[in-house]
Amino acid sequence: MTTTERPERSVPKPVFTDAEAGAREFPDSGASARRYNYYKPAKRKQTHYEDVTVDVQPDPRHYLSQGWIYGFADGSAGYPLTWTKLKAWGVDRPEPERFPGSGGKGYEWPAHGWHEFRDPNEEWELTFYRYNANVVRQVNQNIENARNAKAFEQWTPNWIQFVERNVGAWMHIEHILGLYVFAACNRSGPTNMHNTAMAVNSMHKIRFAQDLALYNLTLTEEIEGFDGTAHLEAWNSDPEWQGVRKVTEALTAVDDDWGESIFATNVVFEPLLGELFRSNLVMQAAAGNGDFVTPTVMGAAEFDFAQRDLRWTQACFGPLTQDKEFADHNKDLMQGWLSHWVPQAIEAARVLQPIWSLPDAKPPRFEDSLDRAKSRFSGIVTDLGLSVPKELSQ
Amino acid sequence: MSRQSLAKAHQKIQELAWEPQYHEPYMKYGTDYTFRKAAKKDPLKQVLRSYFPMQEEKDHRVYGASDGAIRGNMFRQVQERWLEWQKLFLSIIPLPEVSAARSMPMLFHVVPNPELHNGQAIQMIDEVRHSTIQQNLKRLYMNNYIDPAGFNNSLRNFHSDYCGTIGRQFAEGFITGDAITAASIYLTIVAETAFTNTLFVAMPAEAAANGDYLLPTVFHSVQSDESRHISNGYATLLMALSDEDNRQLLERDLRYAWWNNHRVVDAAIGTFIEYGTKDRRKDRESYAEMWRRWIYDDYYRAYLIPLEKYGLVIPHDLIEESWKQIWEKGYVHEVAQFFATGWLANYWRIDSMTDEDFEWFEYKYPGWYDKYGKWWENYNRLSKPNGHNPIVFEDVDYVYPARCWTCMVPCLVREDMVTAEVDGQHRTYCHEVCRWTDVEAFRPTFQGRETPNMGRLVGKREWETLYHGWNWADVVSDMGFVRDDGKTMTAQPHLDLDPKKMWTLDHMRRCPPLQSPNVLFNEMNDEERAAYVADYVKQGPAGRPAPKS
Repeated sequence: MTTTERPERSVPKPVFTDAEAGAREFPDSGASARRYNYYKPAKRKQTHYEDVTVDVQPDPRHYLSQGWIYGFADGSAGYPLTWTKLKAWGVDRPEPERFPGSGGKGYEWPAHGWHEFRDPNEEWELTFYRYNANVVRQVNQNIENARNAKAFEQWTPNWIQFVERNVGAWMHIEHILGLYVFAACNRSGPTNMHNTAMAVNSMHKIRFAQDLALYNLTLTEEIEGFDGTAHLEAWNSDPEWQGVRKVTEALTAVDDDWGESIFATNVVFEPLLGELFRSNLVMQAAAGNGDFVTPTVMGAAEFDFAQRDLRWTQACFGPLTQDKEFADHNKDLMQGWLSHWVPQAIEAARVLQPIWSLPDAKPPRFEDSLDRAKSRFSGIVTDLGLSVPKELSQ
Repeated sequence: MSRQSLAKAHQKIQELAWEPQYHEPYMKYGTDYTFRKAAKKDPLKQVLRSYFPMQEEKDHRVYGASDGAIRGNMFRQVQERWLEWQKLFLSIIPLPEVSAARSMPMLFHVVPNPELHNGQAIQMIDEVRHSTIQQNLKRLYMNNYIDPAGFNNSLRNFHSDYCGTIGRQFAEGFITGDAITAASIYLTIVAETAFTNTLFVAMPAEAAANGDYLLPTVFHSVQSDESRHISNGYATLLMALSDEDNRQLLERDLRYAWWNNHRVVDAAIGTFIEYGTKDRRKDRESYAEMWRRWIYDDYYRAYLIPLEKYGLVIPHDLIEESWKQIWEKGYVHEVAQFFATGWLANYWRIDSMTDEDFEWFEYKYPGWYDKYGKWWENYNRLSKPNGHNPIVFEDVDYVYPARCWTCMVPCLVREDMVTAEVDGQHRTYCHEVCRWTDVEAFRPTFQGRETPNMGRLVGKREWETLYHGWNWADVVSDMGFVRDDGKTMTAQPHLDLDPKKMWTLDHMRRCPPLQSPNVLFNEMNDEERAAYVADYVKQGPAGRPAPKS
């Protein structure tokens, strides 16, 4: 065997440049220059989350010397602060005027109160992929384990029907809220922090809708006679579901106010209807009917809402009721939203009541479930600095 | 993914499609397109059960590489010439990414295809990923690269600087105006399908050649999402094509989107690749060669032309004209020269070109030296303060250009400059297509057809006008492009970090005041304006004054 010399390959050559931090001293070479200096952190230290999200979406009141450069047909551009009736301090200050020789300075950080919002969950790409990947893995494993253990054989015929129709119907609600409320509103918020939080919330909802759909598919494959399309009939025609459906669809139809859409969904709908169904009915009833799997699928979504989506919602709306300029305006507005949405939610809950009597092993009484939901709702509203609306007693 | 097949799972989640019974969703965004005959298909077939773990795995690779880069002292091998341009690029790109996320709901409202909404929602999440992963990369550079200035005030800079404003078209164009024009044609059909090839594939390759393997790690990971987005755009385009009424709008939007992407992306990425690299191997591809491969062959010939049979009117003339701009008219070289002329208005350091660079340029672009060589020699000569002013004020045969009102890149190919009087203002444009975009396309009627949803070009579109008459020291201070000693400028026309060789506000103070070409143009009477235009179109190449007749 002989070896032949190959011609030298054409590849870039490594070069020692010594371009690493600390290699020389000059203005801005020190450690204090190694932080994003265009915003002030909410706490003493800048967080990783703040560094990757704050100020990515510009604001002509702060920097953005040339203003927005593309607009809609009516001339509105960027992220108008008027896309909700809520107000944060400073929003009525005019945008800095620009003209020949005006210079480009805006107001000092934070320019207005909307910029003070931080998502307490500190969500950015690293966190939301880790979180959601963990959830789907765990849900998959739970279902797979149940399948291997033949756990579905323990279900009573009534419970099978309950799951195929009613648990199945719930997937539609999550899907609609995920896509047509949360994702739809992620174009509308005043800062990158708001819009990212809405996008993350939408992911939870869309993921859970798909979790339920794929769980339904597994049940169709595993349980003889399980009707994988019954959820469509329940959602489209069962009178019990039409009240919830009406409210869900109404949440997508809020007239040009992202604040109302998000508030009505996470402050009113979720505790009074979402948790009422998921926590106070399905998760309570399942074990008695031989089902230890469905609560684990539902439980993942309950965690989404209770531990994450509600947290950012409180951090978003709570400070507005204490706003140094617009607290009264905001409180009046949100009280009005409560008066508008709470009766619809209570009415929908009562229309849903008959499904409480469907399982063989009965869950807690509907009135007890509703009382728990109302109590939870009252706590959320009070924490926000609002009054519990009288319509709750309906 | 569980044992359920992806196809079965995808089919199942179609059962989630929603037909409203009681309330129609609020239609916040509008379009002049119609979708009466559209077939409804989702080519993406992605479900979140497999999507989230897939993305998490991609993240593991990216963050593992980031750790490795720091532990392996990557910055001892990074070319400063290259990384300085990343101060501009990485200040721009997170906003277009997150704007793409924000644009997806505009499509939910106007594309009547619930199947496709699923793919659009996943694209929304991808884009949030891209924006934050890029902010994070910039943060890593800021912490580990020798000179953090420009990275550390990146977003303030981006929002204040004319380059940032040019780059913002690549963001605001996605989220305003007619929803299909913005979020489908401009974003997915042209920006993502054509120009992300140079942004996210060609440029990272150049980064690697300059000792930076983190940019390729992050951007190839980003690019792996783009193919899904391209599918979204393609599906929407096919839906639009099935309705003949849309063809006039498609023709308009493809012309605008193509030309604007060419003007903006080729200006920026062309400059980064050609003037930001130290890799001068003769067999490495030039930007023109990359453009020919990635955009002309892969996009134009392999993607666009086959759509002609479905009735799409393709802007063949503009594609050929873009190529001519790059190959014959030196568009990228003119832009790089302009950036370097105006280094003092920016927030990164621009290295001068050496004999090795000259030789490479001459090899790749025959005739380059005769046009640009002398000027770059002057740039080198004037790069360190030595009693003279920055190059823009010195006599180096360069006429400061007028700014294009539409794409906001200056009118650099002088012979192409055109003007128009619009809304009582005299405007200059870098090319007839930019004039057409402002005067004809972004209007409430187009060729006699009502287009009430079409967007508007708004804002203060000539940066110089804001600072007309200002002293340069005040301009730089106002924008905040000053280092932590309060006087040394963030920008420098060289890479030497010896404080004695760096320009300061004191040097700027003695310069002549800033003059806005647009303000001056509007102060002229008609006769003077005509003479100005007649002279302007005779200028160049390389910004040279018109020959004396």
